[in-house]
Amino acid sequence: MGSRASSLLREEDIEEIKKQTGFSHSQITRLYSRFHSLDKGENGALSREDFQRIPELAINPLGDRIINAFFPEGEDQVNFRGFMRTLAHFRPVEDNEKNKDPTSGEPLNSRTNKLFFAFQLYDLDRDDKISRDELLQVLRMMVGVNISDEQLGSIADRTIQEADTNGDMCISFSEFTKVMPGKAIDITADLQNGA
Amino acid sequence: MGPFMSPFNNLLCMLLGISFTVWFTLLLVFIIVPAIFGLSFGIRRLYMKTLLKVFEWATVRMERGAKEKKHLLYKPYSLNSIIAKEPTSLEEELKEIRRNCSSRELDGSASTTTSPSPSSSEFEMSDTFYFCRRGIESIVDDEVTKCFTAEELESWNLLTRSNNNFNHISTRLTVLWGLGVVIRYGFLLPLRMKNFLSEKVHLMCYRICVRALTAIITYHHSENKPKNGGICVANHTSPIDVIILASDGCYAMVGQIHGGLMGLIQRSMVKACPHIWFERSEVKDRHLVAKRLSNHVKDKSKLPILIFPEGTCINNTSVMMFKKGSFEIGSTVYPVAIKYDPRFGEAFWNSSKFGMVNYLLRMMSSWAIVCSVWYLPPMSRQEGEDAMQFANRVKAAIARQGGLVDLLWDGGLKRGKVKDTFKEEQQKLYSKILVGTQEVRSRS
Repeated sequence: MGSRASSLLREEDIEEIKKQTGFSHSQITRLYSRFHSLDKGENGALSREDFQRIPELAINPLGDRIINAFFPEGEDQVNFRGFMRTLAHFRPVEDNEKNKDPTSGEPLNSRTNKLFFAFQLYDLDRDDKISRDELLQVLRMMVGVNISDEQLGSIADRTIQEADTNGDMCISFSEFTKVMPGKAIDITADLQNGA
Repeated sequence: MGPFMSPFNNLLCMLLGISFTVWFTLLLVFIIVPAIFGLSFGIRRLYMKTLLKVFEWATVRMERGAKEKKHLLYKPYSLNSIIAKEPTSLEEELKEIRRNCSSRELDGSASTTTSPSPSSSEFEMSDTFYFCRRGIESIVDDEVTKCFTAEELESWNLLTRSNNNFNHISTRLTVLWGLGVVIRYGFLLPLRMKNFLSEKVHLMCYRICVRALTAIITYHHSENKPKNGGICVANHTSPIDVIILASDGCYAMVGQIHGGLMGLIQRSMVKACPHIWFERSEVKDRHLVAKRLSNHVKDKSKLPILIFPEGTCINNTSVMMFKKGSFEIGSTVYPVAIKYDPRFGEAFWNSSKFGMVNYLLRMMSSWAIVCSVWYLPPMSRQEGEDAMQFANRVKAAIARQGGLVDLLWDGGLKRGKVKDTFKEEQQKLYSKILVGTQEVRSRS
């Protein structure tokens, strides 16, 4: 652990990550290899630059926000555990998880946790509220220079109006969940379970 | 103990001496002599077949070992691909996400405001999901980074560097691996070191190199071999490509001047044949380069030029964007596809990770270099086709023949960053969906 830069993942580590995240053994080794190929500095952790080197991510309008989601508050490096924890949000929701440990708490890829991830894309200052400014920021990132400020402003206002139920002109997490699609939001990459 | 040791020592020395001499003679007879006469004993093909059988056995053992531990053997991308969904376009994806939203509202959830029927041109907070998904998918796996890392194999070829599964599976396997190490470093490597440094005239020199690397090359369609006054383009995986092509015909090379060992080799090659070497800074001045190339090409007595239009080494699973410079000159282009068999040794040179000497060492201690070379029929630029389209046409032909993936990404991404114009395109597309095409103003 720590700064050991070895290229092999130990069995105990794999087991622990499996319990925490629910990924299968082969998926974990596969993702470890991926982590390693992204880690150009070979110091066992990824920095923001390592992510930005992926061209498809660099051209994604929300690229920076997604990268941000991997890094805990105030830190510049993410190790493999942290990497896996974040990716675990995107495993598809299963109806009955076998071997589910009742004391382990809610799995990382539950619907609530997926929604919370999406919520945090908007909520940059982590105050559990999406303000008008934060909404505008994300909108601006997605449309670039193609839409005027006034238009964007009115879109933001309309969205807040629809979602806001307690009248504080901000969207809290519970308000956010109510406006979201009911069906299980597999927001993203359905990481297929290796048979 | 004294008297017992000395005869034993003598015996040992004698044995060593004899075995060394025998080994050396065999070396001479089987390698150097045939190389001079351009013969082949067919031993190398037998060697290849034996190696393959050994690898298969090794893989079976490993799979059995993994099954005992009740988990899957780690296999490369193709089988357990992590991303299941098919890539869809921005519009389709957004429509689907919004459809989910609208059907929920029809379920009669009590909302205080009368929400307007979600037409496709309004912003929904769930729109971020599309970009989020694409982003995470690209973190898990993307086309470009894959091109610049060595290809992963399904079976193990007893080179530790090509497999992450190297755990102690069985003693027999470890012994085999140990034996392999001894053979490769003690036998094949010194053999090749000696051969590689020898100095001979053009074709013979290359032929020796070819044998030195135990390269088994199959040339297809030799009737399409490049002729004088033409340009030969090929996909690029390693500096060995040059050796492989040059042992079958004479070319004038064009390329970046390197320092170190590579530069030494380049300079020595110039003495045998006229080549065109550039500084990368000079390459930026494209007119100068183009002029020199076209002058060379116009002279029909000069050898065909060999160019690798990708500009850098790719790992032989795909073909990246061809730089259009060589296609602007207007002479006949002879495409060549080179495909290495990765089971015997990884030929890809990751120049941002390994230097030349390190690379050569790895090459010489692999089992063998097995590759196929296809000479494709000559192509020339058609009416109304510009250089870029012509380049793409040639690239598609090479990719098709070699069974490689045809990519639009620039090989320069190995070292540099991607341009912002791609991001702007995505943003523009999304804006159109939001507000309709008329209102999107294009800013210059």
